[in-house]
Amino acid sequence: MTVITRSNTNWQTLCQKDDLVKHSGVCALLDNEQQVAIFLIDDDSAFTISNWDPAGNANVLYRGLIGDENGEVFVASPLYKERFALSDGRCLDDESLSVTSYATRIEQGQVQVLV
Amino acid sequence: MSADTQSTQNIVVVGNGMVGHHFVEQLSQNSNYNITVLSAESRLAYDRVHLSEYFSGKTADDLALTTPEVYQQLGVNFYLDAKVTTIDKSRKVVTTEQGESYSYDKLVLATGSYPFVPPIPGKEREHCLVYRTIDDLDAIQASANTGKTGVVVGGGLLGLEAANALKELGLDTHVVEFAPQLMGVQLDQAGGQQLRKMIEELGVTVHTEKATNVITDGESSVHKMEFADGTHLETDLILFSAGIRPYDNLAREFDLAVGERGGIVVNNQCQTSDEDIYAIGECALWNNFIFGLVAPGYTMAKVAASHIDGGEESFTGADMSTKLKLMGVEVGSIGDAHARTPGAQSYTYQNERDNVYKKMVVSQDGKTLLGAVLVGDTSEYDSLLQYALNGIELPENPDALILPSNGGEKPTLGVDSLPDTATICSCLNVTKGDIVAAVDAGATDVGAIKSVTKASTGCGGCSALLKNVAENEFAKRGLEVKKDICSHFVYSRTELFHIIKAEKIKNFDTLIAKHGKGMGCEICKPAVGSILASVYNDYILQDDHLHLQDTNDTYLGNMQKDGTYSVVPRMPGGEVTPEKLIVIGEVAKEYNLYTKVTGGQRIDLFGARVDQLPAIWKRLIDAGMETGHAYGKSLRTVKSCVGSTWCRYGVQDSMSMAIFLEERYKGLRSPHKIKFAVSGCTRECAEAQSKDIGVIATENGWNLYVSGNGGMKPRHGDLFATDLDDATLIKYIDRYLMFYVRMADRLQRTSVWLESLEGGLEYMQKVVKDDHLGINDELERQMDAVVATYQCEWKTTVESPEKLKRFRQFVNSDKQDENIQFVTEREQIRPATLTEKAANGLLIETVDVTAVEPA
Repeated sequence: MTVITRSNTNWQTLCQKDDLVKHSGVCALLDNEQQVAIFLIDDDSAFTISNWDPAGNANVLYRGLIGDENGEVFVASPLYKERFALSDGRCLDDESLSVTSYATRIEQGQVQVLV
Repeated sequence: MSADTQSTQNIVVVGNGMVGHHFVEQLSQNSNYNITVLSAESRLAYDRVHLSEYFSGKTADDLALTTPEVYQQLGVNFYLDAKVTTIDKSRKVVTTEQGESYSYDKLVLATGSYPFVPPIPGKEREHCLVYRTIDDLDAIQASANTGKTGVVVGGGLLGLEAANALKELGLDTHVVEFAPQLMGVQLDQAGGQQLRKMIEELGVTVHTEKATNVITDGESSVHKMEFADGTHLETDLILFSAGIRPYDNLAREFDLAVGERGGIVVNNQCQTSDEDIYAIGECALWNNFIFGLVAPGYTMAKVAASHIDGGEESFTGADMSTKLKLMGVEVGSIGDAHARTPGAQSYTYQNERDNVYKKMVVSQDGKTLLGAVLVGDTSEYDSLLQYALNGIELPENPDALILPSNGGEKPTLGVDSLPDTATICSCLNVTKGDIVAAVDAGATDVGAIKSVTKASTGCGGCSALLKNVAENEFAKRGLEVKKDICSHFVYSRTELFHIIKAEKIKNFDTLIAKHGKGMGCEICKPAVGSILASVYNDYILQDDHLHLQDTNDTYLGNMQKDGTYSVVPRMPGGEVTPEKLIVIGEVAKEYNLYTKVTGGQRIDLFGARVDQLPAIWKRLIDAGMETGHAYGKSLRTVKSCVGSTWCRYGVQDSMSMAIFLEERYKGLRSPHKIKFAVSGCTRECAEAQSKDIGVIATENGWNLYVSGNGGMKPRHGDLFATDLDDATLIKYIDRYLMFYVRMADRLQRTSVWLESLEGGLEYMQKVVKDDHLGINDELERQMDAVVATYQCEWKTTVESPEKLKRFRQFVNSDKQDENIQFVTEREQIRPATLTEKAANGLLIETVDVTAVEPA
């Protein structure tokens, strides 16, 4: 069995786990000035997607409500209520829309995304 | 006829009663006609059917069916106090009393009728009046102020309405009828007796078989009525209501055919003997019959408008069945109430203890219903009417239809067997076919059917039948009538409310674990958040509630299109001190916020970034202001006029009442936003009738209106109670609001809620005024609890460093959202458009606002 040593170079630490609020979102800035929305779903599971709402044309997705439909966890945009899957950024209400999603992990209390 | 060959036709309508107005409404949809209305009255059309409500608090404006502005918008020319005196048929011109002439292509006579005054010597004495117009009502009111006793001559439908009016005015009321019974046209003898008994129990004295010989000076009162049988009656006021006579004098004088006993003869298209002249409503005689009800008049108006426009509708008579409430006594009459059809047989049920009388008249073979009389209880009226109108075969034991069920099953009218032509709502003339069409077109609940077809929006008497028909149609199409709030709960909002209350559940996680599944969603979470707030009134940003709130509630501001928020401090009743106004101005200036006065009489500051909100609010709170909940599904504003403290016309202190109400109900979370208004007099400057709760001052207290709405679907509030003292007013509002909070669907305004409530306004009055459900104590307690636990959410928030963390734009940076950019317009900011942003730097004046650290 090969042990894959993951390089940490492309995991970017954005904040502490304590900064997150369960079932809710916060906004962070990547090194490249991109805005991302981070959502804490369970104690050890967080999701990150782009903060830009392509339907409403504003940086607001982190302020949306979290929910699930048939096991798919989504955020509903606070502007016009389009729902985006947190797993891959697909819009559940409009196939032509999507947002970038980022792999996210919580390591020793730090919230990190893969960029 | 194609539009370009048809020149505009002049249509002159004489008379602006309910029917004349209906005609104008029908024809004004079509721009090919230039419509001129000539009315002898001094006001435009008003609702004569509900005239007696003028004495129970309704104003002339409440009764109005239209306004000069509406007519102007419709392009209708109208002249009031313009009595037509001549018709020149050959030149096609009419002339008014004032000598003004109007030429017509088509003339429509909608002159209505006048009250018949029997030729009794003394009938022209002072305080001998009739009951027909608002001017008559004013005269009656003035006369009633000087007397103690009133007599109505005539015991028919209108006479009893008039008697009700006299009773409302506080007079010792008598009804004098020539015939042996009351309402002889609609009721049989036993029904008439039952009605008499009930009306006498209400304090009205009834005299039958009395012919008045002469009216002379009274000894203890103004008049003495001497009767043919030698008896007499003294009274201060006499109202004649002994039937109506068609206003057909124009037809007589200018040679149009009239009937032997009056009425302008019309054909099935409502044309008179001159094909360019139509007559509609109570002045028209069709098939030797005058229809003294409004519904057939409306049908005539429609037929005439259609015929003028080349349509083919025709008038084929009308059903004269009626259901009404006289002084609170329910009375119904259907078809052949007197069993005059050869071979007709009847079933009767009489319960003297409960004051109920019912009769069914059936055909000789017992298979069809010919008529019915109902006194004291009209709950079977709708289904009996359907049997009669549509010839539906009666069940095996037809008497079961009117007998009390005593626990057994009553035969129900199979709505499936109704033909599509069956009229479900007779006020608005909506058939079963119209309802089926609405369902076919996608209506999936009764509310949607109502808004498409207008069914049940008149008297509301057909609401149960409408629901039956609708549900039958849903079932036939396999449409499940689902009230589940979303896929996470198999409960409606109302059911969730009861679960939360009964099991004392305090947060969403407990609720969904016990009664739902999954995580919840953007539908159920805010709904449950709202219920929890209504029941416990916790701080809405408390940790276990935070994730339930929509963005507006999370950030305690209204999110705008660019992601900024608006800031609205509460300004109870629209009152504000100069000091506070200055602070608002200073804050707006410092943070460069777009400033606008709202429709709810307060000030809205737009363009605040999420990270600026805490500092802005701290400033406002330090200056003594608090949150205005402009973001919440909760009480918004109580709009007000200055009332009796300043206004020359005010009769109560509307300002103090508005402030009191706003202070009491602020922060109450509800299924939707709620707006109030308080007007200091009947001029209604605060527009209270377009609000969820409207309060209008009277000489004696307050009139309460409920379930009004402006916005998308305007609705005038319903008059709920009159002349209330302060304490009763507040009690009623407490109960009404809490009942709404409990029962309504999510995001259902009070207007839609009341309309969808079975039993409507009357049921609501029973609940709130008479404690029909026995829950009023609890409703009041619940409201008291909410009032006692009020907190300014912004104050709690700015005092909590933990909560303020939520207002950081970035969890890892102090930068700002660069997408928020403004340009200047009319000396204030507005969000830059996408094009303006794309042109970056060239067009955009990025406003440099110093970042203010959260306090």
